[in-house]
Amino acid sequence: MDRDDSGREPDGVDLTRRELLKATAATGGLLLVGDLLPDGALAAIASDPDATIAPLDVRLRVNGADHRLTLDPRTTLLDALREHLHLTGTKKGCGLGQCGACTVLMDGKRVKSCLSLAALAEGRAITTIEGLAEGEQLHPLQAAFIERDAFQCGYCTSGQIMAGVACISEGHAGSAEEVREWMSGNLCRCGAYDHIVAAIQDAARSSTAAREG
Amino acid sequence: MHPFTLERPRDLAAARASGAQAGRNDAPAEYIAGGTDMIQLLQEYVRRPDRLVSLAGLLDDRIDVGPHGLRMGAAATMADVAAHPAVAERFPAIAESLLASASPQVRNQATVGGNLLQRTRCPYFRDVGYAACNKRAPGSGCAAIGGENRWHAVLGTSEHCIAAHASDLAVALVALDAVVEVQGTRVSRRVPLVDFHRLPGSTPHIESVLEPGEVVTAITVPAGPVAQRSHYVKLRDRASFEFALVSAAVALEMNGDRIRQARVAVGGVGTKPWRLPRVETALAGASLDPAALRTAAALAADGAKGYGHNEFKIELMQRAIVRAIETAGSRA
Repeated sequence: MDRDDSGREPDGVDLTRRELLKATAATGGLLLVGDLLPDGALAAIASDPDATIAPLDVRLRVNGADHRLTLDPRTTLLDALREHLHLTGTKKGCGLGQCGACTVLMDGKRVKSCLSLAALAEGRAITTIEGLAEGEQLHPLQAAFIERDAFQCGYCTSGQIMAGVACISEGHAGSAEEVREWMSGNLCRCGAYDHIVAAIQDAARSSTAAREG
Repeated sequence: MHPFTLERPRDLAAARASGAQAGRNDAPAEYIAGGTDMIQLLQEYVRRPDRLVSLAGLLDDRIDVGPHGLRMGAAATMADVAAHPAVAERFPAIAESLLASASPQVRNQATVGGNLLQRTRCPYFRDVGYAACNKRAPGSGCAAIGGENRWHAVLGTSEHCIAAHASDLAVALVALDAVVEVQGTRVSRRVPLVDFHRLPGSTPHIESVLEPGEVVTAITVPAGPVAQRSHYVKLRDRASFEFALVSAAVALEMNGDRIRQARVAVGGVGTKPWRLPRVETALAGASLDPAALRTAAALAADGAKGYGHNEFKIELMQRAIVRAIETAGSRA
């Protein structure tokens, strides 16, 4: 959308990014600002007023603790973690599986929590960034991210770290080229890639040394 | 997302029965397994089922490689198939196509059955802001014809739809004569993958031969010397985590330095995974001489039609075929 010099939308809509995020969060991510969507789109996404949704009882096991939730079936694992369990370390970026900010471990394997319905994650062991440290003792990859200054704004960082933990445990953290290929599902708009790769290689080397030592 | 009820059936028979029932207003129920494509489409209001029937935990996820070939339960994840040592050794094009697909996270979630049924990446299909899309809204027209169509198909198109099929895996599988096992409410059947997807014709919203309630339960691939000497080449706008502009899967049986028989399929260019039997016939008995390979690959362009921005694909797919054959042919 074009902006004029004042930084305002030309049609007078003047939403800050934070306001927009609040508005979309309140509507479950659905934009209700008519000016921002063509008429056809609004017609296409209009919900059937007769529709009724039976809430689901969902049990989630997150960071070793069991939780019972009553959720709209549409709730993604990401939204269940953030909005219902208030584990806000897992970030919401694109909501479409493209950015990797929402990466968590499911039964030890990395997944995009935005592409998983919470109700279908029952019985799986979920690990989020909050479950990585042991007390005050940071996970080696968390420590490596600090040591290598592997972030700027930090928004992608928890997803990068969760994906990096899996990348190392899968054995895909050898050369820088290998790390880049196997971390390609995690985008960093600040461009901290060189430092992220270095941090993952550091942590991979220390975990190999620990195993062999 | 449009509101839906989420059913979590006890077993596959219950899921099939539930999936065969139409939803309110006759909207069909939809299945969800890995969910990686379905949730994107739900989030974007492209798919708006009233009922979603989960297949989680109901489908076989085993991967077996035996004397007769490869059998993948439909719920096997892309990551598990790619990492299976016998798949990489005896069906390299399959492992290569998977490792070139999506991201490690998505490969951990997505199933091979769902991979065959993923919807096109046509940006007009995936954006409900565009009214015209015959695949999403039958009869509404096609915004890609005459629009931005750099990503679109040049083979198998119709005046109603030029959307490319997005799967890498399906291209490798169709080259290797894969068969899809399907269970319905009454009968089970085996469908050769080459017949599984439908051309768009005048009904681009109908993409496969699956009937209401039918579920993909397994995919099988015959073993043989051809499968063992197979290779997948993928060309795309960035080096990783991107869909194919053009891809080629080839499989060769060599007789000394000549090709005894070949299998060739291309991706990113077809409205379905696209097998090229005329190219295969031309390759039989040919040497690996680049000029001979180029002559055979040129037959891929028969019937190809560009739409403005995607004409480069007609030449590029021939080069991808040649590259894939050279790599597969030179393997020990």
